[in-house]
Amino acid sequence: MFRDAPHFDVRDYLRKEMMPHFLCPGCGHGMALRALLWALHELQIDRDRLAVVSGIGCAGRLSAYIDANTFHTTHGRPLAYATGLALARPDLHVVVITGDGDCLAIGGNHLIHACRRNLKLTCLMLNNEIYGMTGGQVSPTTSETRLTTTTPHGNTEPNFDACALATAAGAGFVGREMTRHVPKMKELLKEGLQHPGFAFIEVLSDCTEVYGRKNDMGSSSEMVMRQKSEIRPSAYRDSVDEPFRSTDLPTGILARNNRPEYGAALRAAAAARAGK
Amino acid sequence: MNVIDRSHAKPAAKLLSGNAACAQGAIDAGCTFFAGYPITPSSEIAERLSTMLPRAGGVFIQMEDEIAAMAAVIGASMGGVKALTATSGPGFSLKQENIGYAAGAEIPCVIVNVMRGGPSTGMPTRPSQADIMQSRYGSHGDYPMIVLAPASAREIYDETIRAFDLAETCRTPVVLLYDQVIAQSSETVSLGGRPPAHATRKWASGPRESYKPFAVGDDLVPPMARPGDGYRIHTTGLTHSESGFPSQDPETVNRNLGRLFAKLDQHRDLIDSFEAVRCEDAEVVIVAIGISARAARRAVDLCRAHGKKVGLFRPITLWPFPEIALREATKNARAILVPELNIGQLRLEIERQLRDRRVEGLHLISGEPITPAQIASAATKLASEV
Repeated sequence: MFRDAPHFDVRDYLRKEMMPHFLCPGCGHGMALRALLWALHELQIDRDRLAVVSGIGCAGRLSAYIDANTFHTTHGRPLAYATGLALARPDLHVVVITGDGDCLAIGGNHLIHACRRNLKLTCLMLNNEIYGMTGGQVSPTTSETRLTTTTPHGNTEPNFDACALATAAGAGFVGREMTRHVPKMKELLKEGLQHPGFAFIEVLSDCTEVYGRKNDMGSSSEMVMRQKSEIRPSAYRDSVDEPFRSTDLPTGILARNNRPEYGAALRAAAAARAGK
Repeated sequence: MNVIDRSHAKPAAKLLSGNAACAQGAIDAGCTFFAGYPITPSSEIAERLSTMLPRAGGVFIQMEDEIAAMAAVIGASMGGVKALTATSGPGFSLKQENIGYAAGAEIPCVIVNVMRGGPSTGMPTRPSQADIMQSRYGSHGDYPMIVLAPASAREIYDETIRAFDLAETCRTPVVLLYDQVIAQSSETVSLGGRPPAHATRKWASGPRESYKPFAVGDDLVPPMARPGDGYRIHTTGLTHSESGFPSQDPETVNRNLGRLFAKLDQHRDLIDSFEAVRCEDAEVVIVAIGISARAARRAVDLCRAHGKKVGLFRPITLWPFPEIALREATKNARAILVPELNIGQLRLEIERQLRDRRVEGLHLISGEPITPAQIASAATKLASEV
């Protein structure tokens, strides 16, 4: 159980005209959304200057529920849209919400270059190991041997460790949490939102209706409980050095660096050249 | 009809390539954001703007791919700035999904497509005019598109400025379409003086509570909400209602999608632009764009010198096609000749517009421009047959 922070009422941050939401019963995405809104609340980020950019898929639909400037873009491209928006409007606080397919498959190129550039953006990737909206096809994070509608004999592809990928590509801030721990998600998101460069945060979510059903993983609560066995705190591990997922995953802040923020560097270079 | 105002031009002449003229036009139109990806033969636009934009207080970024460049341009425009990208054939193909997003979500932006030989990688350094249909119909679904087809460096400058004006006025993506020859040939161009006043975006104002992002007045163009102004709206590529939120209600979808077309119809006076040369008494009218129109202009003189009544109709706005002006220019013509660097794309449209007239094509797909002599011969032959 957790308690809301004082004065935090999630309803203040949701668009009432979009309720009820379209997430399936048991879906973890709602908990991740709650953690994000809670973090935004505690940081007192001005929602008039908050832009939430999302891609396509279940995670992509979340932007529509947030009472802010929200942009539901094309599949895989929210980081590229957000890059243009954040460069054109450095006064905005830009948050990207994406899923494992959106961010790592069709949008994988944008992720590694966003990490490399280190433009100030907060990227929240909800990893439910599946393409939920299209009916449960295999994704780059689906665990090996899992059944999906396109791996009827079990997944034979190794799955990405998104945080290792982001770290290797140079992201300024990398962290992972699971929907099981909403307050921890909130704290991690607060750290990421305050990071002056590119922050990549992976949240392990659960897709009960599609992935769980297909793999006989039980109820939503059973799936969430299982997250614990797959995860260990980052303290057990010095660094993330595997591009593919090992059997268990570290959580918390996994990487942090102070590389120059791209937008500021670009503006400084332009100012230095001005008049020449 | 659009009349190009050249009053701001002063005689001081410069040697400029079409691509350089485009970059200058973008700066003079108030463009402050460019995102692109290297591709021949359009890279000079990016190269120039990488110097010019930071000096003008703008942002230049080379993205990781063509798709990202298009997405970043739309993102920047959603933030409220005038934004440009430039590409060629393969890159234009990659951008199409997001061009459709800009059309559907009504995000102003300008896309330059320098036509090179295709399909696929084709002939990167050779001219083509084979993206005439792609520029109009390249993305999936039904959506309208404004495509401008300048034929000289000077006209590229003017049309770049007009492209931004139309994008802002009609809240729509605008494609600037020209071929490799005029992109990379240097011509003497007179620029300078004060550019004319430019269209500025219509921003939402008034009470936030009652604001509906896609509610329109008489001009059918909804005012945009600038992030930071407190409207906190939702923008999506899904079909949406006036509230901006997704809707699949048949009546709502029909009304909003229909409005996308109606809003361009409403602005045809601003959008349409063409040049008609000696069409009044012409028995054969040549219809052409870009480098083919340049050759055709010379062919008209060659034919006239031999007593053949030949004229030229050149759509400067290619889409929506200036069909009323075409009918007026061809009212006395017995045959139409369409020279173009493709297998017959513009000819299809002319045949559709002028069903009662003989329409012949002169098509070249070898990667070379059509010469004035080739066009004059074809026009002379056609004149003798009708």
